Amino acid sequence: MGPLSSAIGVVALIVLAALAGASEPGRVVLGLVIPYAALATFLAGICYRLVQWALAPVPFRIPTTCGQQKSLPWIKSARLDNPSTGLGAVGRMALEVLLFRSLFRNNQAELYERRFVFGDSKYLWLGALAFHWSLLIVLLRHLRLPVEPVPQFVLALNAVDGFFQIGAPVLYLSNLIVLGALVYLLLRRWRDPQLRYISQFSDYFAPLLLLGIAVSGMLMRYGAGADVVAVKRFAIGLATFQPVLPEGLGLLFWIHLLLVSALAACFPFSKLMHMGGVFLSPTRNLANNSRIKRHINPWNYPVKTHTYAEWEHEFHDKIKAAGIPLDEEQKNG
Amino acid sequence: MADERLKIESVPPKSDWRDPKVEFRKGTFCYSAAGKHLEALDLPNPREWQPTDADWKLPADWKQIILDGMRERLKKYRSFRLFMDICVRCGACADKCHYFLGSNDPKNMPMVRAELLRSVYRRYFTPAGKAFGSLAGGRELTEEVIKEWFYYFYQCSECRRCSVFCPFGIDTAEVTMIGRELLGLLGININWVTKPAADCFRVGNHLGIQPHAFKDSLEFAAEELEEITGIQVDLPINRKGAEVLFIMPSADYFATPHYYTLLGYMSLFHEIGLDFTYSAYASEGGNFGMFTSHEMMKRLNAKIYDEARRLGVKWILGGECGHMWRVLHQYMDTMNGPADFLEPPVSPITGTRFDNARTTRMVHISEFTADLLYHNKLKLDPRRNDRWNVTYHDSCNPARGMGLLEEPRYVLKRSCNNFFEMPANTIREQTFCCGSGSGLGTDENLEIRLRGGFPRANAVRHVHEKHGVNMLACMCAIDKATMPALMEYWVPGVEVAGVHELLGNALVMTGEKERTKDLRGEPLPQPSMAQPQPPAAEVINA
Repeated sequence: MGPLSSAIGVVALIVLAALAGASEPGRVVLGLVIPYAALATFLAGICYRLVQWALAPVPFRIPTTCGQQKSLPWIKSARLDNPSTGLGAVGRMALEVLLFRSLFRNNQAELYERRFVFGDSKYLWLGALAFHWSLLIVLLRHLRLPVEPVPQFVLALNAVDGFFQIGAPVLYLSNLIVLGALVYLLLRRWRDPQLRYISQFSDYFAPLLLLGIAVSGMLMRYGAGADVVAVKRFAIGLATFQPVLPEGLGLLFWIHLLLVSALAACFPFSKLMHMGGVFLSPTRNLANNSRIKRHINPWNYPVKTHTYAEWEHEFHDKIKAAGIPLDEEQKNG
Repeated sequence: MADERLKIESVPPKSDWRDPKVEFRKGTFCYSAAGKHLEALDLPNPREWQPTDADWKLPADWKQIILDGMRERLKKYRSFRLFMDICVRCGACADKCHYFLGSNDPKNMPMVRAELLRSVYRRYFTPAGKAFGSLAGGRELTEEVIKEWFYYFYQCSECRRCSVFCPFGIDTAEVTMIGRELLGLLGININWVTKPAADCFRVGNHLGIQPHAFKDSLEFAAEELEEITGIQVDLPINRKGAEVLFIMPSADYFATPHYYTLLGYMSLFHEIGLDFTYSAYASEGGNFGMFTSHEMMKRLNAKIYDEARRLGVKWILGGECGHMWRVLHQYMDTMNGPADFLEPPVSPITGTRFDNARTTRMVHISEFTADLLYHNKLKLDPRRNDRWNVTYHDSCNPARGMGLLEEPRYVLKRSCNNFFEMPANTIREQTFCCGSGSGLGTDENLEIRLRGGFPRANAVRHVHEKHGVNMLACMCAIDKATMPALMEYWVPGVEVAGVHELLGNALVMTGEKERTKDLRGEPLPQPSMAQPQPPAAEVINA
């Protein structure tokens, strides 16, 4: 169900964009109504989700410790994998968010004739890292469209990204990488039996949508071409809330824009929210200092316990016969 | 026979994970908790039933109870809400679960185990799931789903190995703990957890050993120790004014091979002249509440601080146990603190201040002993352990819920001449569970235990064949209770011991008689046969 229905979904969006892009009212909807609606959904949705998470308290300090604790002064502790300070936890999070530290640990268990072998398996880490970083670079490069003058760092990024100056227009490495990584991640999901077992509609829909976005974008840049001046006018208009619909934006552009809008609108309600969630994960972002500093549970409530007095009352004679001191005696004695 | 169990085929499952149908096959599930134990703990819906029954006798409004319970917990635990939301199903966790590796049941992949609950969360609590149902990964809550939850949430030992590898730190232990809490709202518990919890609550320990029997047990151990060492040790119980309260898992004074570890503690405390007391009231360090609900965890744990306050001790020392230490380290102070009636722990022998325990004021015995050894306060003769080629199994909770990795190794390397590590992917934070943790160490589910323990046993077999390892040291009461059977099944010829048993063997006590037996009462290796090797002491430099 997953791969097929999500592919149908993406194709339907593409057809929709192609149809709507061919008419003036359709272009108004595609270029003005949907982008603003998607952006509003994106922002409001993300805020809602983040606030919902943030409002839920963290009753217990439960970091997953991945290295030696800080205990005796002569034992070297793992400051990043098992941080005992807030600063260490920040470092751990930085490694996690920027370099996908935990995914880097990945290994693959294989059974060879009654024997498990745990081989290194860095492809998932590499694929994920390549995808996320190149996507970020592609996104930042897009800033040259709605911002005028183009910020220096965007120009610098363009220069680095197009360093090899292959072809004209210059081929950006990030484009190739994002495409390759997406295809790898999709194929991995499709071909790994365990992964396919659990994969759902959204697991295929999101990467297929991204693939559609990447391909339509690359076709515009390297293939059919796009009127960059028109695109830039449109982008500035959109960003300054003075929207215009210049001539010559072309079919690919409408497809690209609708797919991006769809992605943005889905984002807050899908697993893509892992982007925000990773920062809040209590097994990662807390220092392992629960015996050093008291952690407060805001909803801690009194519970029914079995007190010493109740216990002594029940076993009084046996305690006495065994010669174990009773509370009464010790008080008097 | 072992090979039969090992027909673990990695074929793509044809079924759909959304289908909740579960077959309760003998050997793979635990028996239900008897009604009387639920009553003893004021838990809901006490009754007699078994998982194999068609009718689980759920309360009429069971569905509302579950949904209300979920809503409440989504508000109370950020972990729960977040872990319901952010999984991308990347699959990094799949082959990290020992139950999946040993059973190849796809619903034992951590991401799927959580998905069993997540699908219900989506259907009833998220806009996408309410609108699009199964297209958005939602699933109706039915009685079949409840049975499926029971089956798979009691096939998770809450060991957290998957959470080490998860890019978002999603911890299946959190999901399972909440899942079990929800089932508990309907009166669905297992006997192996609830009976011990009821006994801990009323009597003080999970075996229901009453105060006079507790004393008998310690006396018996002391007599045995005297026979071996010629030294009579004190047995202070419920003694007010002692400096230290010592808490151990109750198996240490009632089960084998735990018992030899108790002899190790006794020798150590006597040798250094520790001013301490046992408690017959807080006679259990282990916490079966943790496998029931957060509330039950707190109810049982409360005894430790209450007893420390009553006895007027300065600080608390804790014995070898796994999940006991997860509770003590990550929950106790928050639940039942502040421990302002205690003092920051200081070793009376070395003067070391245990700054890492300065507010909770409870120290792990391996931290305490490692400090003694580092300051050369103990005289050891590691040759007494020369008949053992030792490896060390990191218990899940101290490893991944604390980071207690070097301290026990330091004690072992000073106590034993022959120490060998298992492969890197199977120890420390990547350690494999014994397969019986979180209250699953009972007999009726032996098959799943042996399957779940297979990855651990496999790593032991590696060092058994490569280095002749014949002793698996560990620091968890459940390990000690269940790994002898695991070893017997997968790696015959490997025995199981606590760290402080091996320390106790090596400990040269002042005034001891000529030692001919180790703490098991078995003959020590002959001096002529033993290789005179220098101690394998290794200082881990900061």
